[in-house]
Amino acid sequence: MSETLPADGLLGWSWLLIALPLAGAAVLLLGGRRTDRWGHLLGTATVAASFVLALLCTIQLAGQDGAPADVELFTFISTGELDVRAGLLFDPLSAVFALLITGVGSLIHVYSVGYMAHDPARRRFFAYLNLFVAAMLLLVLGNSFVALYVGWEGVGLASYLLIAFWYTRPAAATAAKKAFIMNRVGDVGLALAIFVMFAQLGTTSYAGVFGAVGTLAGGTVTALGLLLLLGACGKSGQFPLQAWLPDAMEGPTPVSALIHAATMVTAGVYLIARSAPIYDLTETARAVVLAIGALTLLIGAIAGCAYDDIKKVLAYSTVSQIGYMFLAVGLGPAGYVAGLAHLLAHGFFKAGLFLGAGSVMHAMNDQVDMRRFGGLWRKLPVTFVTFGLGYLALIGFPFLSGYFTKDAIIEAALDRDDVWGWVLGGVAVLGAGLTAFYMTRLMLMTFFGRARWEEGVHPHESPSVMTAPMVVLAIGSVGAGALLVSVFPLSGWLEPVFGEPEEAAHVVAPAVVGLVVTAVMLLGVLAAWLFVGRREVPVTAPVRVSPVTRAARHALYADAVNESLFMRPGQWLTRALVWVDNRGVDGAVNGLAATFGGSSSRLGRAQTGFVRSYALGILGGAVLVAGALLAVTAG
Amino acid sequence: MFDAPDLSFTALAPLLFIFGAACVGVLVESFWPRDSRHPVQLAVALVGALGALVSTLLLAGRGEVTADGALAVDGAGLFLQATIAGLGALAILLFAERALDPARSAFVASVAVPAGSPRDRELLTSPQVQTEVYPLATFAIGGMMLFVTSNDLLVMFVALEVLSLPLYLISGMARRRRLLSQEAAVKYFLLGAFASAFFLYGLALVYGATGSVRLSDIRAASLAEGTDVLMLLGLALLIVGLLFKASVAPFHTWTPDVYEGAPTPVTAFMAACTKVAAFGAILRVLYVAFGAAEWTWRPLIYGVAIVSMVVGSVLALTQTDLKRMLAYSSIAHAGFLLTGVLGLGADGEGSGLAATMFYLLVYGLTTIGAFAVLTLVRDGDGEAGHLSQWAGLAARSPLVAAVMTLFLLALAGIPLTSGFTGKFAVFRAAVEEGAWPLVLVAVLASAVAAFFYLRVIVLMYFSAPAGGADGERGPTVGVPGLPTTVVLAITATATLALGIVPGSVLDLAEQAARFVG
Repeated sequence: MSETLPADGLLGWSWLLIALPLAGAAVLLLGGRRTDRWGHLLGTATVAASFVLALLCTIQLAGQDGAPADVELFTFISTGELDVRAGLLFDPLSAVFALLITGVGSLIHVYSVGYMAHDPARRRFFAYLNLFVAAMLLLVLGNSFVALYVGWEGVGLASYLLIAFWYTRPAAATAAKKAFIMNRVGDVGLALAIFVMFAQLGTTSYAGVFGAVGTLAGGTVTALGLLLLLGACGKSGQFPLQAWLPDAMEGPTPVSALIHAATMVTAGVYLIARSAPIYDLTETARAVVLAIGALTLLIGAIAGCAYDDIKKVLAYSTVSQIGYMFLAVGLGPAGYVAGLAHLLAHGFFKAGLFLGAGSVMHAMNDQVDMRRFGGLWRKLPVTFVTFGLGYLALIGFPFLSGYFTKDAIIEAALDRDDVWGWVLGGVAVLGAGLTAFYMTRLMLMTFFGRARWEEGVHPHESPSVMTAPMVVLAIGSVGAGALLVSVFPLSGWLEPVFGEPEEAAHVVAPAVVGLVVTAVMLLGVLAAWLFVGRREVPVTAPVRVSPVTRAARHALYADAVNESLFMRPGQWLTRALVWVDNRGVDGAVNGLAATFGGSSSRLGRAQTGFVRSYALGILGGAVLVAGALLAVTAG
Repeated sequence: MFDAPDLSFTALAPLLFIFGAACVGVLVESFWPRDSRHPVQLAVALVGALGALVSTLLLAGRGEVTADGALAVDGAGLFLQATIAGLGALAILLFAERALDPARSAFVASVAVPAGSPRDRELLTSPQVQTEVYPLATFAIGGMMLFVTSNDLLVMFVALEVLSLPLYLISGMARRRRLLSQEAAVKYFLLGAFASAFFLYGLALVYGATGSVRLSDIRAASLAEGTDVLMLLGLALLIVGLLFKASVAPFHTWTPDVYEGAPTPVTAFMAACTKVAAFGAILRVLYVAFGAAEWTWRPLIYGVAIVSMVVGSVLALTQTDLKRMLAYSSIAHAGFLLTGVLGLGADGEGSGLAATMFYLLVYGLTTIGAFAVLTLVRDGDGEAGHLSQWAGLAARSPLVAAVMTLFLLALAGIPLTSGFTGKFAVFRAAVEEGAWPLVLVAVLASAVAAFFYLRVIVLMYFSAPAGGADGERGPTVGVPGLPTTVVLAITATATLALGIVPGSVLDLAEQAARFVG
């Protein structure tokens, strides 16, 4: 990491990035109904202002050659060895994330103005959305693991509030709880990692930890890596904590687009990329990251093939794509940039796809079952075109963004030049085929074929306040990849963070990789056409299906595994603990309380209200004091 | 013939300011027409206190002994003087609140009218107020400021009396429950006189042993000749007198009765400012005069701290009156403060002095705030101090309940409030000086104490409102006038700010932590 400069100029004001949306959230939450009329505009304006500021800060950062800027905010406690400071770090990595969060965030705020127009609680929605943006910016801008943790919990809270936004629906309330609890499992890992850092290194700042991590024992570094990974898995919906993410689609669709596709769920990737100096030292932890990424990308892709709920398919696609990113960052220095490029491209096209799905649902009276769609391309032309571009970008159609960023990951995997490189590369290529299959299936079922609409549904194109963000995101989906790989190379921009990119000796020529991946992708599209496009889509899902399909429909039984491995034993444990608590702990606590209460009343009797007894007490005390002093000298 | 002592008027400016204001107050009382006297007295007292505060701040960084060695104007003295002046100004603002009570003031219209007489009932709602409270309080503030800078046991004794006598008087001036108030005043006076006698006798014995009342001479004598029985007896009696003022158990017995009976603004004043003054004097006597004999008194303070923390925390558990509960809490806090006093160490180089001063500041701010909230909740008979009357308060007055919650959390020492920072600082100082068993007891006592603070919060938020069910009216929450609002705003902001960003004030305390003399 290059030398950190004290922040001056605009960078000194980068705390405003967080403060603006936070102030927006505060005004909307505290202002009450008074702010109903203009609350959504304020919410959108604060995020847009943050975006402009982020852009200006990034330009200044580019002007100083990407040298990170440290923004000292305030000192919480600084006494002796304990030194807890709050500060921000604006470096190329956090700049990239700040731009993604505020940029996509602004677009989705705009979209939500239309999407939530008829919701009576629209102000609350924008307040939570602003809260999320502020917390997410703190997560990526903080200069220590503690600041990251505060943001981490903040986005968890905002995610919980937004999944349960329609809290009167039992499914939404349950999904929110599920998301919150499964995230807790991961958060324990992150918290423990921070404790370990503090215990072993006495600091939690990035500079302090990364500077001293080399002095730790190998086992400790591996433990740190694995604990951080646990946290990352929870937040990013990676195996074995992936089951909450599809359920989180119960929230409003803009939330799915912003939080559960573009930004929050990629926080795990950010955490691993940010902790690169730790992972560079531990081959073991990186191997686990690789395994989890590869496994999750397959699980997500397989489950995505079987669902009929348009948002769940997209959600499993997100799980699978984040698997790609984990795979990339697990590769170490060779993969960080590839993973982050994919993250950015994915932020564009997946947010666009979700907004498109929201537009479709908007047209279909909030229907999400794709078996009830069909033939929509005539009715929703803008949605169709923008969604189609996002689709092509996702499946890696040549020269759209997914093509560049996904191929880069596959190349980096193959460049390991060992058996595992081939295995991982193979998995990634297979995943690309599956992605093409389930996304083509989604396209065919939604936009093509015969209209299978329910009675009384009259699809109509969404208002321009919703389509405009979709158009912008579609343009991003098309161009982001090329932009990040060739025009404005991300590897050069991130050089101050990850060091100079090595000129890797390619095992397989990039052109060959591109051809193979494209061929596999076309195979997937063809298969989808053969299985779905050619035939009539039944309105209800067929029951008699192969075991493979059944397993895929149950997301490879992830919930069943969770229930039998964690929930049931957890319930037993809880019951046992309640028993112990009632019998043992309560007895002890009540006994203790009774002892204190009793001694309190007994002692209280000395408080007679008579001056004479008080004076006697003072005299007695004086005798004791004098006696004690003399005794010390005598003794 | 006497030679006039050399006086550094600059260093004396804070004292001159406050005592000058007090004298002007007496003149105003004599010559200003009665009808418009209240605002004038308030203005004079506030100018005095704030002027003293500003002049201490301007003097920051000085360290000199002046007035022929009688006064030590040093960093610690100035920090404590500023604390006393600031807290005193806040308390005087509370004195001036006239919007809350239909009776127009917390203070009696005329002390001379016998309690309960027909004339007394007539005067209950009179706008007239015994405005002598302002010069009296100003004198008390002056006495406290003198107390923490006196470098001479005799001056210290004079200061003790100057601060105590006005307090005895204004404790008895409550407008409602006058007999209770007068009883409190008499108790306070009798016991205070008793304790002063101890101090004076101790002074005499120390003079007998060392031949001087000057703190530096006493130190020199104890270094040269060691400690003999006479000197130790004198020290013991001095400590008794000081611990009484600081309401440290077992010399605390007056505290609950006096806190309960005195008008609440006066209670706030005593709880905050007297505590600062008493601990300032304790620190000075123990470390400047008897620092060389630290090994003799250390076990004693150790024991007294434990007794005070335990007695205060445990007795507060069963209190049903909020003022009494806060009184016992102040006894427990005196114990916590003594852990900080022990954190100075034999050479006086430990961080205990800065920690104790910081603790005094944050405790004073929080306490004044908490008592200010107490004045807001009222029933037909004045303040509604019984715990049961606070049940369900949050439903009716969320803001008042939230502010009270903040103060209670700070008193309990929960992180992100100033109380945590203060406790952390004194405990750390004590641990650094090896007093970890004491800190262990202190942490356990804090846990016990947390119970009764949190009980009030639980009561406010999770209980059915008082008096709602059987038709009788529960207490009302008054809308405070400007003075109380200002006090609540300042104290609540400070309580929160010193919990989140205490750095600069901690640094200030650290820089100020110097004794000369």
